[in-house]
Amino acid sequence: METVKKEIPMARSMCWHCQSDVGGEYFCGQCVKVQPLSKDIDYFTCLGLPRKLNIDTGRLETKFYEMSRAFHPDFYEGKSEIERAVSLTNSAVLNQAYRTLKDPAARVEYLLRLEAGSAKDIPGKAPTDLFETLLEIQEQLEQLRAMKHSKSGEARSIASQLHAEKGALESKRGALERRLTELFHVWDRLVDRSSQDQIAKAEKGPVLTEMRDIVSQRNYLNTMLTNIEEALA
Amino acid sequence: MARIVGIDLGTTNSLIAYMNGKTPTVIAGDNGRTMVPSIVAETPNGLLVGDAAKDQLVKNAEHTVYSVKRFMGKGLADVTDELEYFPYKLSEENGVIRLHVGGKALTPPEISAMILKELKARAERFFGEEVRKAVITVPAYFNDSQRQATKDAGRIAGLDVMRIVNEPTAASLAYGLQKRKQGIIAVYDLGGGTFDISILKLKGGIFEVLATNGNTHLGGDDFDRRLVDVMVEEYKAASGKEPGPNMMQDLRMQAEQAKCQLSSETKAEVHLPPHKYRRVFTRDEFERMVADLVEKTLAPTKRVLADAGLSAADVDEVVLVGGSTRIPVVRQKVQVLFGKQPHCELNPDEVVALGAAVQAGILSGGIQDMLLLDVTPLTLGIETMGGVMSSLIARNTTIPTSAKEMFTTFMDGQTSVDIHILQGERELAQDNRSLARFQLKIPPLPAAVPRVEVTFMIDANGILSVTARDVRTGEAQSIEVKPSYGLSDQEVERMIHESFKFAQQDIKDRQRIEALNEAESIVRATEKALVRAAERPGLVSADELGRIRQAVTSLKQAMAGADHRPIREGIDVLNKASLGLAERLMDHTLQEALKDKKLSQI
Repeated sequence: METVKKEIPMARSMCWHCQSDVGGEYFCGQCVKVQPLSKDIDYFTCLGLPRKLNIDTGRLETKFYEMSRAFHPDFYEGKSEIERAVSLTNSAVLNQAYRTLKDPAARVEYLLRLEAGSAKDIPGKAPTDLFETLLEIQEQLEQLRAMKHSKSGEARSIASQLHAEKGALESKRGALERRLTELFHVWDRLVDRSSQDQIAKAEKGPVLTEMRDIVSQRNYLNTMLTNIEEALA
Repeated sequence: MARIVGIDLGTTNSLIAYMNGKTPTVIAGDNGRTMVPSIVAETPNGLLVGDAAKDQLVKNAEHTVYSVKRFMGKGLADVTDELEYFPYKLSEENGVIRLHVGGKALTPPEISAMILKELKARAERFFGEEVRKAVITVPAYFNDSQRQATKDAGRIAGLDVMRIVNEPTAASLAYGLQKRKQGIIAVYDLGGGTFDISILKLKGGIFEVLATNGNTHLGGDDFDRRLVDVMVEEYKAASGKEPGPNMMQDLRMQAEQAKCQLSSETKAEVHLPPHKYRRVFTRDEFERMVADLVEKTLAPTKRVLADAGLSAADVDEVVLVGGSTRIPVVRQKVQVLFGKQPHCELNPDEVVALGAAVQAGILSGGIQDMLLLDVTPLTLGIETMGGVMSSLIARNTTIPTSAKEMFTTFMDGQTSVDIHILQGERELAQDNRSLARFQLKIPPLPAAVPRVEVTFMIDANGILSVTARDVRTGEAQSIEVKPSYGLSDQEVERMIHESFKFAQQDIKDRQRIEALNEAESIVRATEKALVRAAERPGLVSADELGRIRQAVTSLKQAMAGADHRPIREGIDVLNKASLGLAERLMDHTLQEALKDKKLSQI
């Protein structure tokens, strides 16, 4: 753990070093100094992608490796302190961008946050059609916890019921994920159309709402399934 | 750019390497050996490091420090269960362990610095010029405090630590450079004191670490201890005596030898004539004794695969690193787990140092087509209300990486917020590793009005730094961080200063101290021989006796001087003078041993 006090230049349209126009490039065309990424850059823009949900992960990886070669601190050891600081922050942004977009679950949550303009994580929400089952599971989990690691017949029967209910939750999660995949395609088609089409823009709202709902139900199920697995372990 | 060397600062042995053109190469010492035992001994004549210190383990156990890496970045409470294995006193001050050796209280970074200085001197002799910059390796599963302690050690040794690299990743660099491989590789690294398992993706010169896991308290040392424990019990039962510190060290060293022997043979013997103790171990017996230790590496291996989102079958190649992977049962377990024959073409003792040299080559610009993208091994978070850890940066996130968190106040006029930084995977703050605490200064304002943004940045070394900014004014806020288990900047500065003060003296001293210790033991041996010779008339002529006595006297005179060269000469003269006597004494002893015995009894 170290304390540091260094100021890094903010991204501007002008090179921080020679003041020539950099026009959004990573390196100044005049003095070849590395330029800071914009503080407000979103991860899609950072990796040169449209805000779509189906991503060619092979291409994403190639782009990530290419940009890593441009920004990684390993290549700035002999450079000035400012360039080293820019390399460090740019690499950090790039690494977070790649980590987020690589994983479809993180990718959709990030898109929902971007589009809704909120920085908060999406809270879990119980799927209403499973309400009774979920209540039952909660109760069984509590009973099992109260019995600690007892091997009694009662504990075994609760465990086997949980096993069955776990299957129900998993199939629900599967259904949610299939619907989410469909919505990924719906969303991407709207993105393609929306530049010239006002109706497409208007249609985005309900898609986002549905995706948000599915994501929050899936998050809820994930937590519940982890709890069940822990209790059965 | 100035030369950068690569250093493997190991629990048991350390090595230094450099890029010889396009080939990473380990630098050998005068004795031709590449490994420097990570041992420091305080003798009446001064400090010894490496091979010379290893001889002191048995003679001078209470003043000889080994396996100091196990104490790096730790508090006393972290190591209580292994204190019995260390013959010196330990204490803790300001969250840092102090080892009491020869009237001094030394911190683990200071002792590690002595080993680093020895390596640095070795490289300087080799290059004929000063070496100032180094890449140093650490176990991948080292936390922030342990990494920082390693960096401190480098600074105290007068080295500019250009990069802290994870050992398994360093190994993959050496391995990948040699093989020009693509695909998924697993590096299984079982060293002297630590275990790491890393999964990497190699593609077009990029070495991307997908996940890493491990145990910073599991290694060859623990295997040795199993053997030692058995022998101590048996010795106590047979003799009714507790083994003393010197005997314990003798047992430990012989256990280590026996363990190594059992990798190639099916039997190994431990023999301590002064204590009339003898024990034969078979490989089967040894494997049963350490089965649970080998088993302990499997859980992290399974977790690392899960974290990488892969199954064992997805791994194209398995690379073995660290001396302990020579143990056949370890290899078998790895092979069963991954379902393929592991690779061990590169010397498992040297591959980490070689990889450190490759990383040094990347940093100095000599290697341009390779890039290592490593990860942080542990989740970073802060303590929140109710003693729960709130995660900021998840484990296995590619570094450098950063996270921002906004802080505000709960009360009107509140001028500070306390922040407790943690590392670990557990839910409760108290179950995780405390890294540091700091106080965020805030201008007095109504509650919830101040907004201070704190940035937690983990750099390419895996080391955390913290900055704060007042969002309203845009001004940087100063913060003072108090590490939970680390030296303060002032302490490190003082140590660097002290180390520098003695640096000139150090090299000359070292040669003299080594010569002195050797001279002392040969004088002692000669005097003993002369006593025995006096008991056996006719064994030594008056003329010969005169020459030996003369050689002893001149050597003693040379020992009083400050120059090591006359001591060396004196040792040679005495060795030559007493050689004949030594041989005759040996024959004589052998004859006595054989007397009255029939051939069949021999």
